[in-house]
Amino acid sequence: MEKPRIATTSLAGCFGCHMSLLDIDARILDLAELVEFHKSPINDIKAFDQHCAVGLIEGGCCNEENVKVLREFRRNCDILVSVGDCAIMGGIPAMRNLVPLEECLQEAYLNGPTVFNPSKRIPNDPEIPLLLEKVYPCHEVVEIDYHLPGCPPPADTLWEALGALLKGNPIELSYELIKYD
Amino acid sequence: MNKTVIFLLDGEVIEGSPGKTILEAAEDAGKYIPRLCAYKGLAPHGSCRVCTVLVNGRPQASCIQPIADGIVVESESAEVRELRRGVIEMLFVEGNHFCMCCEKSGNCELQALAYRFGITAPRYPYLFPKREVDATHPYILLDRNRCIQCGRCVRASRDVDGKNVFQFGGRGAGKRIAVNAAGGLGKTDAAVIDQAIEVCPVGAILRKRVGFRVPVGKRKFDHQPIGSDIEGKAGPTAV
Repeated sequence: MEKPRIATTSLAGCFGCHMSLLDIDARILDLAELVEFHKSPINDIKAFDQHCAVGLIEGGCCNEENVKVLREFRRNCDILVSVGDCAIMGGIPAMRNLVPLEECLQEAYLNGPTVFNPSKRIPNDPEIPLLLEKVYPCHEVVEIDYHLPGCPPPADTLWEALGALLKGNPIELSYELIKYD
Repeated sequence: MNKTVIFLLDGEVIEGSPGKTILEAAEDAGKYIPRLCAYKGLAPHGSCRVCTVLVNGRPQASCIQPIADGIVVESESAEVRELRRGVIEMLFVEGNHFCMCCEKSGNCELQALAYRFGITAPRYPYLFPKREVDATHPYILLDRNRCIQCGRCVRASRDVDGKNVFQFGGRGAGKRIAVNAAGGLGKTDAAVIDQAIEVCPVGAILRKRVGFRVPVGKRKFDHQPIGSDIEGKAGPTAV
Protein backbone atom coordinates (compact mmCIF):
# COMPACT_ATOMS: atom_id res chain seq x y z
CA MET A 1 0.00 0.00 0.00
CA GLU A 2 1.19 3.50 -0.80
CA LYS A 3 2.11 5.59 2.23
CA PRO A 4 -0.03 8.64 2.92
CA ARG A 5 1.74 11.85 1.97
CA ILE A 6 2.21 14.80 4.32
CA ALA A 7 3.11 18.32 3.21
CA THR A 8 4.17 21.11 5.56
CA THR A 9 4.95 24.79 5.21
CA SER A 10 5.85 27.81 7.30
CA LEU A 11 4.04 30.98 6.26
CA ALA A 12 4.31 33.99 8.62
CA GLY A 13 5.84 31.82 11.35
CA CYS A 14 9.21 31.31 13.01
CA PHE A 15 9.69 27.58 12.24
CA GLY A 16 9.15 26.89 15.94
CA CYS A 17 6.20 24.63 15.10
CA HIS A 18 8.40 22.63 12.72
CA MET A 19 10.93 22.36 15.53
CA SER A 20 8.16 21.03 17.75
CA LEU A 21 7.42 18.36 15.13
CA LEU A 22 11.09 17.33 15.36
CA ASP A 23 10.63 17.28 19.15
CA ILE A 24 8.68 14.03 18.87
CA ASP A 25 12.25 12.67 19.09
CA ALA A 26 12.74 8.99 18.20
CA ARG A 27 9.09 8.73 17.21
CA ILE A 28 10.03 10.58 14.04
CA LEU A 29 11.45 7.23 12.84
CA ASP A 30 8.00 5.65 13.34
CA LEU A 31 6.45 8.58 11.52
CA ALA A 32 8.87 8.15 8.61
CA GLU A 33 7.78 4.49 8.41
CA LEU A 34 4.13 5.46 8.26
CA VAL A 35 4.12 8.50 5.98
CA GLU A 36 5.99 10.04 3.12
CA PHE A 37 6.92 13.70 3.40
CA HIS A 38 6.07 15.63 0.25
CA LYS A 39 6.45 19.43 -0.20
CA SER A 40 8.06 20.53 3.06
CA PRO A 41 11.03 22.49 4.38
CA ILE A 42 12.10 19.22 6.04
CA ASN A 43 13.09 17.64 2.71
CA ASP A 44 13.17 20.81 0.63
CA ILE A 45 10.65 19.62 -1.98
CA LYS A 46 9.50 22.92 -3.50
CA ALA A 47 6.39 22.08 -5.53
CA PHE A 48 3.36 19.82 -5.37
CA ASP A 49 3.32 17.12 -8.04
CA GLN A 50 1.18 14.67 -6.09
CA HIS A 51 -1.93 14.98 -3.96
CA CYS A 52 -1.34 14.81 -0.18
CA ALA A 53 -3.44 13.38 2.63
CA VAL A 54 -2.47 15.96 5.23
CA GLY A 55 -1.11 19.51 5.03
CA LEU A 56 0.36 21.14 8.13
CA ILE A 57 0.35 24.94 8.04
CA GLU A 58 2.55 26.94 10.36
CA GLY A 59 2.11 30.72 10.48
CA GLY A 60 -0.62 33.07 9.32
CA CYS A 61 -0.84 35.13 6.13
CA CYS A 62 1.13 38.38 6.16
CA ASN A 63 1.83 38.73 2.41
CA GLU A 64 0.51 37.72 -1.01
CA GLU A 65 2.97 34.82 -1.24
CA ASN A 66 1.56 33.32 1.99
CA VAL A 67 -1.97 33.46 0.53
CA LYS A 68 -0.79 31.82 -2.71
CA VAL A 69 0.97 28.99 -0.86
CA LEU A 70 -1.96 28.48 1.50
CA ARG A 71 -4.43 28.19 -1.40
CA GLU A 72 -2.08 25.76 -3.12
CA PHE A 73 -2.03 23.63 0.04
CA ARG A 74 -5.83 23.68 0.19
CA ARG A 75 -6.02 22.46 -3.41
CA ASN A 76 -3.45 19.72 -2.88
CA CYS A 77 -4.30 18.37 0.59
CA ASP A 78 -7.32 16.41 1.76
CA ILE A 79 -7.02 17.57 5.36
CA LEU A 80 -5.52 20.93 6.21
CA VAL A 81 -4.34 21.58 9.77
CA SER A 82 -3.47 25.00 11.24
CA VAL A 83 -0.50 24.35 13.49
CA GLY A 84 0.31 26.89 16.19
CA ASP A 85 -1.01 30.24 17.35
CA CYS A 86 0.27 32.20 14.31
CA ALA A 87 -1.75 30.03 11.92
CA ILE A 88 -4.76 30.18 14.24
CA MET A 89 -4.83 33.84 15.31
CA GLY A 90 -1.93 35.57 13.55
CA GLY A 91 0.37 35.33 16.56
CA ILE A 92 3.33 37.65 17.06
CA PRO A 93 3.27 38.90 13.41
CA ALA A 94 -0.36 39.98 13.95
CA MET A 95 0.77 42.48 16.57
CA ARG A 96 1.32 44.78 13.62
CA ASN A 97 -2.43 44.71 13.02
CA LEU A 98 -2.71 47.29 15.80
CA VAL A 99 -0.63 49.77 13.77
CA PRO A 100 -1.37 50.96 10.19
CA LEU A 101 0.91 49.21 7.64
CA GLU A 102 2.45 52.45 6.37
CA GLU A 103 3.41 53.48 9.90
CA CYS A 104 4.92 50.02 10.48
CA LEU A 105 7.14 50.26 7.40
CA GLN A 106 8.19 53.81 8.23
CA GLU A 107 9.19 52.74 11.72
CA ALA A 108 11.09 49.70 10.43
CA TYR A 109 12.94 51.38 7.54
CA LEU A 110 12.98 55.14 8.21
CA ASN A 111 12.19 56.34 11.73
CA GLY A 112 13.20 53.56 14.11
CA PRO A 113 15.96 54.52 16.58
CA THR A 114 18.40 51.87 15.26
CA VAL A 115 17.65 52.24 11.52
CA PHE A 116 20.63 52.74 9.18
CA ASN A 117 19.19 53.33 5.73
CA PRO A 118 21.05 56.05 3.76
CA SER A 119 18.86 55.50 0.67
CA LYS A 120 15.76 56.50 2.73
CA ARG A 121 13.78 53.99 0.68
CA ILE A 122 11.29 51.38 1.88
CA PRO A 123 12.12 48.12 0.02
CA ASN A 124 9.77 47.68 -2.95
CA ASP A 125 11.56 45.29 -5.29
CA PRO A 126 9.06 43.28 -7.40
CA GLU A 127 10.75 40.10 -6.08
CA ILE A 128 9.60 40.90 -2.55
CA PRO A 129 6.04 39.69 -1.89
CA LEU A 130 3.64 42.55 -1.20
CA LEU A 131 2.51 42.81 2.41
CA LEU A 132 -1.19 42.46 3.18
CA GLU A 133 -2.77 45.38 5.02
CA LYS A 134 -2.98 43.11 8.05
CA VAL A 135 -2.01 39.60 9.11
CA TYR A 136 -4.78 37.01 8.72
CA PRO A 137 -5.31 33.70 10.51
CA CYS A 138 -5.34 30.82 7.98
CA HIS A 139 -9.00 29.93 8.54
CA GLU A 140 -9.98 33.45 7.46
CA VAL A 141 -8.36 32.78 4.05
CA VAL A 142 -9.18 29.12 3.26
CA GLU A 143 -11.20 26.40 4.98
CA ILE A 144 -9.15 24.70 7.70
CA ASP A 145 -10.13 21.27 9.02
CA TYR A 146 -8.30 21.20 12.36
CA HIS A 147 -6.48 23.63 14.64
CA LEU A 148 -3.61 22.67 16.95
CA PRO A 149 -3.02 25.64 19.27
CA GLY A 150 0.19 26.40 21.12
CA CYS A 151 3.32 28.46 20.73
CA PRO A 152 4.48 25.99 19.62
CA PRO A 153 1.98 23.13 20.04
CA PRO A 154 3.60 20.50 22.27
CA ALA A 155 5.28 17.64 20.38
CA ASP A 156 2.72 15.28 21.95
CA THR A 157 -0.12 17.35 20.48
CA LEU A 158 1.36 16.97 16.99
CA TRP A 159 1.99 13.26 17.56
CA GLU A 160 -1.55 12.62 18.84
CA ALA A 161 -3.07 14.61 16.00
CA LEU A 162 -1.08 12.92 13.25
CA GLY A 163 -1.74 9.53 14.85
CA ALA A 164 -5.48 10.13 14.82
CA LEU A 165 -5.49 11.33 11.20
CA LEU A 166 -3.41 8.35 10.02
CA LYS A 167 -5.93 6.00 11.63
CA GLY A 168 -8.73 7.90 9.89
CA ASN A 169 -10.08 9.25 13.19
CA PRO A 170 -11.02 12.85 14.02
CA ILE A 171 -8.50 14.77 16.16
CA GLU A 172 -9.64 14.91 19.78
CA LEU A 173 -7.16 16.56 22.11
CA SER A 174 -7.17 16.00 25.86
CA TYR A 175 -7.10 18.94 28.32
CA GLU A 176 -3.33 18.94 28.69
CA LEU A 177 -2.73 19.06 24.94
CA ILE A 178 -4.69 22.27 24.27
CA LYS A 179 -2.44 25.17 25.29
CA TYR A 180 -2.20 28.69 23.91
CA ASP A 181 1.40 29.31 24.97
CA MET B 1 -36.41 32.36 56.79
CA ASN B 2 -35.05 28.91 57.71
CA LYS B 3 -36.91 27.33 54.84
CA THR B 4 -34.74 25.92 52.08
CA VAL B 5 -35.43 26.46 48.41
CA ILE B 6 -35.61 23.33 46.30
CA PHE B 7 -34.98 23.39 42.58
CA LEU B 8 -33.76 21.14 39.77
CA LEU B 9 -30.28 21.56 38.26
CA ASP B 10 -29.66 19.34 35.25
CA GLY B 11 -32.24 16.91 36.58
CA GLU B 12 -30.73 16.80 40.07
CA VAL B 13 -32.58 18.10 43.14
CA ILE B 14 -30.62 20.93 44.76
CA GLU B 15 -31.38 22.58 48.10
CA GLY B 16 -30.27 26.14 48.72
CA SER B 17 -30.86 28.90 51.23
CA PRO B 18 -33.27 31.63 50.18
CA GLY B 19 -31.63 34.68 48.61
CA LYS B 20 -28.77 32.74 47.05
CA THR B 21 -28.20 33.02 43.33
CA ILE B 22 -28.36 29.96 41.10
CA LEU B 23 -24.58 30.14 40.67
CA GLU B 24 -23.98 30.22 44.44
CA ALA B 25 -26.45 27.45 45.22
CA ALA B 26 -24.96 25.27 42.49
CA GLU B 27 -21.47 25.92 43.82
CA ASP B 28 -22.54 24.94 47.36
CA ALA B 29 -23.75 21.66 45.88
CA GLY B 30 -20.41 21.06 44.17
CA LYS B 31 -21.64 22.04 40.70
CA TYR B 32 -19.46 24.44 38.77
CA ILE B 33 -21.13 26.95 36.48
CA PRO B 34 -18.50 28.70 34.33
CA ARG B 35 -18.21 32.45 35.02
CA LEU B 36 -15.96 35.41 34.35
CA CYS B 37 -17.46 38.58 35.81
CA ALA B 38 -18.74 36.86 38.97
CA TYR B 39 -16.27 36.80 41.86
CA LYS B 40 -16.83 35.70 45.43
CA GLY B 41 -17.11 38.74 47.70
CA LEU B 42 -17.99 41.19 44.92
CA ALA B 43 -21.50 42.33 44.03
CA PRO B 44 -22.79 40.37 41.02
CA HIS B 45 -22.61 42.19 37.70
CA GLY B 46 -24.33 39.94 35.16
CA SER B 47 -22.34 41.28 32.25
CA CYS B 48 -20.16 38.51 30.78
CA ARG B 49 -23.03 36.02 30.27
CA VAL B 50 -20.66 33.05 30.50
CA CYS B 51 -22.73 31.77 33.45
CA THR B 52 -25.89 31.67 31.34
CA VAL B 53 -28.26 28.82 32.22
CA LEU B 54 -31.76 28.03 31.02
CA VAL B 55 -34.31 28.69 33.77
CA ASN B 56 -37.58 27.05 32.82
CA GLY B 57 -36.30 27.24 29.25
CA ARG B 58 -35.28 30.91 29.32
CA PRO B 59 -31.65 32.07 29.22
CA GLN B 60 -30.66 33.83 32.46
CA ALA B 61 -27.35 34.89 33.98
CA SER B 62 -27.07 32.51 36.96
CA CYS B 63 -24.84 34.94 38.90
CA ILE B 64 -27.71 37.42 39.33
CA GLN B 65 -30.77 35.16 39.18
CA PRO B 66 -31.96 34.12 42.66
CA ILE B 67 -33.07 30.55 43.23
CA ALA B 68 -36.78 29.88 43.57
CA ASP B 69 -38.82 26.84 44.53
CA GLY B 70 -39.51 24.46 41.68
CA ILE B 71 -37.48 26.15 38.94
CA VAL B 72 -35.91 23.85 36.38
CA VAL B 73 -32.35 24.89 35.59
CA GLU B 74 -30.35 23.56 32.67
CA SER B 75 -26.60 24.14 32.83
CA GLU B 76 -24.57 21.33 31.29
CA SER B 77 -26.75 20.60 28.25
CA ALA B 78 -25.30 20.74 24.74
CA GLU B 79 -27.37 23.85 23.99
CA VAL B 80 -26.12 25.82 27.01
CA ARG B 81 -22.54 24.70 26.52
CA GLU B 82 -22.70 25.93 22.95
CA LEU B 83 -24.07 29.33 24.07
CA ARG B 84 -21.23 29.71 26.56
CA ARG B 85 -18.64 28.57 24.08
CA GLY B 86 -19.85 31.23 21.66
CA VAL B 87 -19.51 33.93 24.34
CA ILE B 88 -15.95 32.83 25.16
CA GLU B 89 -15.00 32.81 21.46
CA MET B 90 -16.44 36.32 21.07
CA LEU B 91 -14.33 37.56 23.98
CA PHE B 92 -11.22 36.23 22.24
CA VAL B 93 -11.86 37.90 18.86
CA GLU B 94 -13.08 41.16 20.41
CA GLY B 95 -9.79 41.96 22.17
CA ASN B 96 -6.11 41.40 21.43
CA HIS B 97 -5.29 38.25 23.33
CA PHE B 98 -1.72 37.29 22.49
CA CYS B 99 -1.48 34.43 25.00
CA MET B 100 1.97 33.38 23.82
CA CYS B 101 3.60 36.45 25.38
CA CYS B 102 1.14 37.31 28.16
CA GLU B 103 2.31 37.18 31.76
CA LYS B 104 -1.09 35.89 32.85
CA SER B 105 -0.97 32.84 30.58
CA GLY B 106 -1.57 29.68 32.59
CA ASN B 107 -3.31 31.65 35.34
CA CYS B 108 -5.82 33.43 33.09
CA GLU B 109 -9.49 32.62 33.63
CA LEU B 110 -10.52 33.45 30.05
CA GLN B 111 -7.82 31.15 28.67
CA ALA B 112 -8.72 28.49 31.25
CA LEU B 113 -12.36 28.57 30.15
CA ALA B 114 -11.30 28.15 26.52
CA TYR B 115 -9.21 25.14 27.60
CA ARG B 116 -12.12 23.72 29.58
CA PHE B 117 -14.37 24.04 26.55
CA GLY B 118 -11.70 22.54 24.28
CA ILE B 119 -11.67 25.58 21.98
CA THR B 120 -8.89 25.29 19.40
CA ALA B 121 -9.95 28.30 17.30
CA PRO B 122 -12.85 30.78 17.41
CA ARG B 123 -15.51 30.65 14.74
CA TYR B 124 -15.63 34.45 14.44
CA PRO B 125 -13.17 36.72 12.61
CA TYR B 126 -10.60 38.54 14.73
CA LEU B 127 -11.26 42.26 15.08
CA PHE B 128 -7.79 43.42 16.22
CA PRO B 129 -9.17 46.60 17.82
CA LYS B 130 -6.97 49.53 18.78
CA ARG B 131 -6.77 49.71 22.59
CA GLU B 132 -4.65 51.84 24.89
CA VAL B 133 -2.00 50.63 27.33
CA ASP B 134 -1.49 52.62 30.55
CA ALA B 135 1.95 52.05 32.08
CA THR B 136 2.04 55.28 34.11
CA HIS B 137 1.83 53.54 37.49
CA PRO B 138 5.22 52.42 38.86
CA TYR B 139 3.96 49.03 40.06
CA ILE B 140 0.78 48.31 38.07
CA LEU B 141 0.21 47.83 34.33
CA LEU B 142 -3.17 48.42 32.70
CA ASP B 143 -3.33 46.77 29.25
CA ARG B 144 -6.76 47.30 27.71
CA ASN B 145 -5.88 44.95 24.82
CA ARG B 146 -6.57 42.07 27.19
CA CYS B 147 -9.53 43.60 29.03
CA ILE B 148 -12.85 41.76 28.75
CA GLN B 149 -14.88 44.50 30.49
CA CYS B 150 -15.98 42.19 33.30
CA GLY B 151 -16.01 45.08 35.77
CA ARG B 152 -14.40 43.13 38.62
CA CYS B 153 -11.83 45.91 39.16
CA VAL B 154 -14.58 48.55 39.11
CA ARG B 155 -16.55 46.76 41.83
CA ALA B 156 -13.52 45.81 43.92
CA SER B 157 -12.12 49.33 43.85
CA ARG B 158 -15.47 50.86 44.74
CA ASP B 159 -16.76 48.35 47.31
CA VAL B 160 -13.66 46.74 48.82
CA ASP B 161 -10.81 49.22 48.43
CA GLY B 162 -13.11 52.25 48.76
CA LYS B 163 -11.10 54.11 46.13
CA ASN B 164 -13.12 54.22 42.90
CA VAL B 165 -9.93 53.97 40.83
CA PHE B 166 -11.58 52.18 37.90
CA GLN B 167 -14.76 53.01 36.03
CA PHE B 168 -16.26 52.25 32.64
CA GLY B 169 -16.08 54.91 29.95
CA GLY B 170 -17.64 54.99 26.50
CA ARG B 171 -20.62 53.08 25.12
CA GLY B 172 -21.28 49.84 23.25
CA ALA B 173 -18.30 48.53 21.31
CA GLY B 174 -16.34 51.62 22.40
CA LYS B 175 -16.75 50.83 26.11
CA ARG B 176 -13.40 50.76 27.92
CA ILE B 177 -12.00 50.66 31.43
CA ALA B 178 -11.12 54.20 32.49
CA VAL B 179 -9.22 55.48 35.52
CA ASN B 180 -10.21 58.43 37.68
CA ALA B 181 -7.25 60.70 36.86
CA ALA B 182 -6.41 62.58 33.67
CA GLY B 183 -2.74 61.60 33.99
CA GLY B 184 -3.47 57.86 33.94
CA LEU B 185 -3.29 55.11 36.55
CA GLY B 186 -0.07 56.53 38.03
CA LYS B 187 -1.95 59.66 39.11
CA THR B 188 -4.68 57.70 40.95
CA ASP B 189 -4.31 56.33 44.46
CA ALA B 190 -4.24 52.74 43.14
CA ALA B 191 -1.88 50.57 45.21
CA VAL B 192 -0.32 47.26 44.30
CA ILE B 193 -2.06 45.51 47.23
CA ASP B 194 -5.56 46.67 46.19
CA GLN B 195 -8.20 44.00 45.71
CA ALA B 196 -8.97 45.65 42.34
CA ILE B 197 -5.56 44.50 41.10
CA GLU B 198 -5.96 41.01 42.52
CA VAL B 199 -9.33 40.19 40.96
CA CYS B 200 -8.58 40.79 37.26
CA PRO B 201 -9.34 37.44 35.57
CA VAL B 202 -7.11 38.19 32.56
CA GLY B 203 -3.80 39.96 31.97
CA ALA B 204 -5.35 43.45 31.75
CA ILE B 205 -4.27 44.59 35.23
CA LEU B 206 -0.91 43.18 36.23
CA ARG B 207 1.62 43.76 38.96
CA LYS B 208 4.87 44.80 37.33
CA ARG B 209 8.14 42.88 37.68
CA VAL B 210 6.64 39.59 38.89
CA GLY B 211 5.71 38.15 35.47
CA PHE B 212 6.63 34.57 34.54
CA ARG B 213 7.65 33.88 38.15
CA VAL B 214 5.80 30.55 38.14
CA PRO B 215 7.25 28.10 35.59
CA VAL B 216 5.17 26.42 32.89
CA GLY B 217 3.71 23.23 34.33
CA LYS B 218 3.16 24.73 37.79
CA ARG B 219 0.65 27.42 36.91
CA LYS B 220 -2.94 27.37 38.11
CA PHE B 221 -4.59 25.83 35.05
CA ASP B 222 -1.72 23.82 33.53
CA HIS B 223 -3.14 20.48 34.65
CA GLN B 224 -6.53 21.12 36.30
CA PRO B 225 -9.44 22.67 34.40
CA ILE B 226 -10.96 25.81 35.90
CA GLY B 227 -13.79 24.87 38.25
CA SER B 228 -12.11 21.64 39.41
CA ASP B 229 -11.84 23.04 42.95
CA ILE B 230 -15.61 23.51 43.11
CA GLU B 231 -16.36 20.14 41.51
CA GLY B 232 -13.84 18.52 43.87
CA LYS B 233 -15.97 19.53 46.86
CA ALA B 234 -18.81 17.35 45.64
CA GLY B 235 -16.94 14.18 46.56
CA PRO B 236 -15.05 11.43 44.76
CA THR B 237 -17.65 11.03 42.00
CA ALA B 238 -17.03 14.50 40.58
CA VAL B 239 -15.20 14.76 37.26
